[in-house]
Amino acid sequence: MGLFSKQGTFKILFFGFVLGIIFWGGFNTALEMTNKESFCISCHEMQNNYEEYTSTIHYSNRTGVKATCPDCHVPKEWIHKIIRKIKASNEVYHKLMGTIDTQEKFEAHRLELAKDEWARMLSTDSRECRNCHNFDSMDLDKQEARSANRHEQAIEYGWTCIQCHKGIAHELPGGYDPADDTPSAPEKSDS
Amino acid sequence: MLNTKKTMTFTHKSLTRKVISLTLLALTAVMFSLPAMSVESLRGDDAPNGPSVKVGKYRVKSEEGGYERNFKKQPPLIPHKVDKYRITLKNNGCLKCHSEKAYKKEDAPKVGDSHYIARDGKKLEHVSRRRYFCVQCHIPQVDSDPLVENTYENEE
Ligand code: HEC
Ligand code: HEC
Ligand code: HEC
Ligand code: HEC
Ligand code: HEC
Ligand code: HEC
Repeated sequence: MGLFSKQGTFKILFFGFVLGIIFWGGFNTALEMTNKESFCISCHEMQNNYEEYTSTIHYSNRTGVKATCPDCHVPKEWIHKIIRKIKASNEVYHKLMGTIDTQEKFEAHRLELAKDEWARMLSTDSRECRNCHNFDSMDLDKQEARSANRHEQAIEYGWTCIQCHKGIAHELPGGYDPADDTPSAPEKSDS
Repeated sequence: MLNTKKTMTFTHKSLTRKVISLTLLALTAVMFSLPAMSVESLRGDDAPNGPSVKVGKYRVKSEEGGYERNFKKQPPLIPHKVDKYRITLKNNGCLKCHSEKAYKKEDAPKVGDSHYIARDGKKLEHVSRRRYFCVQCHIPQVDSDPLVENTYENEE
């Protein structure tokens, strides 16, 4: 009845299997727990962003469908999520360093942080926004003319949400003018 | 025994206090009644009494092409919703579309030229401080009956 007998191999496989489940389960539970709004705002550094967000449409709206911090900031797909989580350990480092632990420090760093997020969203074609919103499912006729006009252009020229919808959940960093970055349609030539 | 004495002094003190406050009260009453006799509200006796009229719930209208102006130099009414735009010390949500830099891209009307003029008449690079709080002059509209009858007619 040695370990390497047929039965032994089976035992190893079996225990491996059980351990795997436990480990995997624990890992995913940890992932789950760190993917809740309450976790994000457990650091006072994130409180400022939380407060601003509570007066926006993604916190409270007509239909009661809410977007929480991870919905916009943490990818849904497994592999992208892991990568983001690993990068987020950087936040723990800066927490320890006290990089943005006062309002003044936060304001001083805010543009940098925002630019990181914009770059990330731009590189993924605003993937997290598109988990919930989608041009294909938008009825342009039901939108305000201002929205529909710009969305028609966005579809035609392949622009993505974050190019126009900065500051959707938080205030924009002071001194930043979104008009510098919003895309514009090329002038239509008459020929 | 001891107890009664204490109460006695106490009553005595509070009596003096009462006299003082009554005198003060009388004085105040005189002070306020003097001007009240000589000044009358423009409304006359028709002072508002009771709670103000309850305003119903209405939805902000979106009017493509904007609203007609009723007189020259009227700040045009806002033909779209504004609840999501914030005007703070750091940022002005309206300028995201109406600024010199943005208006062409957003296909929005540019703020009036007058908005760039400072108090001393100089032309500025940026919107003047006097025109920073847009909703002080520009307001969105709902479709409701006026609360007070109005006989104003448009200037031609
Ligand atoms: C351990 C405390 C802590 C927790 C918990 C935390 N954050 Fe942060 N977060 C920070 C700090 C500190 C920074 C600043 C990092 C820097 O200076 O680069 C930051 C920065 C950010 C940024 C800007 C990122 C960038 O790329 O520059 C975003 C977005 C963010 N946090 C979102 C979240 C979300 C969403 C959660 C919940 C899943 C969360 N945070 C949980 C402390 C925390
Ligand atoms: C978890 C789902 C979810 C995510 C993720 C999400 N949204 Fe939304 N969004 C909503 C809901 C729900 C509403 C409100 C719909 C309503 O009730 O009218 C909304 C409303 C909006 C509006 C309309 C604002 C208004 O005042 O009318 C804009 C613009 C918008 N989202 C942009 C974005 C952008 C940009 C992102 C990515 C950064 C994003 N959303 C991510 C669910 C989401
Ligand atoms: C070219 C710029 C542009 C792009 C790109 C863009 N939008 Fe918009 N969107 C606007 C403008 C302008 C408005 C109307 C004004 C406002 O919301 O401030 C608007 C309005 C909206 C609204 C509210 C619609 C209404 O009328 O009630 C939603 C929801 C929205 N956008 C979602 C998105 C999403 C999701 C994406 C990406 C898939 C996107 N937008 C891409 C410019 C853009
Ligand atoms: C609807 C999507 C959305 C939601 C929900 C959301 N954010 Fe953000 N967040 C953004 C975008 C977009 C940016 C990039 C800066 C900007 O445009 O305002 C950002 C930027 C940030 C930053 C960088 C600093 C800054 O202000 O630019 C932090 C920190 C942050 N978010 C934390 C949070 C936390 C904490 C929550 C939950 C309370 C949250 N976010 C919810 C979309 C969202
Ligand atoms: C997303 C872009 C956008 C934002 C932000 C915006 N507007 Fe507008 N606004 C427009 C567009 C486009 C029009 C023209 C609408 C039309 O004529 O159909 C307009 C029209 C107006 C007009 C009417 C001008 C006229 O000559 O009739 C006023 C006044 C105005 N906006 C004020 C404001 C104020 C005040 C704010 C901030 C609270 C604001 N707007 C925010 C896009 C915007
Ligand atoms: C003190 C009052 C006042 C304030 C504050 C003000 N406006 Fe005006 N606005 C006016 C008046 C009056 C006009 C019409 C005459 C003119 O063009 O100057 C006008 C015209 C406009 C027009 C139409 C211009 C045109 O050529 O048809 C727009 C758009 C506008 N304002 C936007 C804004 C925005 C955006 C802000 C905030 C940054 C703002 N206004 C602040 C009084 C004001």
